[in-house]
Amino acid sequence: MERIPILKMGQFLLVTIQVDMHDRLALTLQDDLTNRIVKTGARGVLIDISSLEIVDSFIGRVLGNISTVAQILDAQTVVVGMQPAVAITLVELGLSLTGVRTALNVDAGMALLQHSIGLPPGENSDHGQS
Amino acid sequence: MDSPEVVEIRSQSDIVLVRQKVRALAVQLGFSLVEQTKIVTAASELARNTFDHGKGGTATLEILDRDQQRGLRLIFEDQGAGIANVELALQDGYTTGKGLGLGLGGAKRLMSEFEITSEVGKGTQVKVIRWLH
Repeated sequence: MERIPILKMGQFLLVTIQVDMHDRLALTLQDDLTNRIVKTGARGVLIDISSLEIVDSFIGRVLGNISTVAQILDAQTVVVGMQPAVAITLVELGLSLTGVRTALNVDAGMALLQHSIGLPPGENSDHGQS
Repeated sequence: MDSPEVVEIRSQSDIVLVRQKVRALAVQLGFSLVEQTKIVTAASELARNTFDHGKGGTATLEILDRDQQRGLRLIFEDQGAGIANVELALQDGYTTGKGLGLGLGGAKRLMSEFEITSEVGKGTQVKVIRWLH
């Protein structure tokens, strides 16, 4: 079955969406991420959508659901790299992605995640601060 | 005028196919990147409605020349349950399914022209046009 890979980096999970997702693939990603958060105890999820040429209401809803579920499992989500044309279209579509944190790029997104779990910038270790 | 292209919408993958074909036509017509994105997003919403609510149908894509204007017209047709109250269906946030209820209203905002006809028990037809300025 087709799947979007999830990478683990320190306390965070990283996802780069590089295909034009059909709806079921988006739902599979949601399930896979939820399971990986629980399995790894990840504290943050970074989703890079810089390759996505559109975000419609379905993908928007999935991104919102991922954020909400991750929050319940004590992990923060940040969506990064949205193309300008996609942002303009989302607003006109009426989708505000309420509850979804965004950052301009991967660097800014990582900094946001590190800050949100109280890590100094650049630090992202599996073994705590000791 | 080029002959219209008809795309069957019978699976979720066909929604992706509609997006790709609409994108190719919008590029060919010379729409800007933002306009392409709006058209493709509207097409995605409408194709999903055809699949989810209409139990499948067709998308017809064609280049339109009218009053010295060029545009892209998309027609989505299904023989599904139809919509009892079209005005209500156009309202943001109204949904009978599991979506956000932004599909129809959102598609209307993203396109230049929007026309919907629906009959309960017979099906739904949505015609949208985006003109090149």
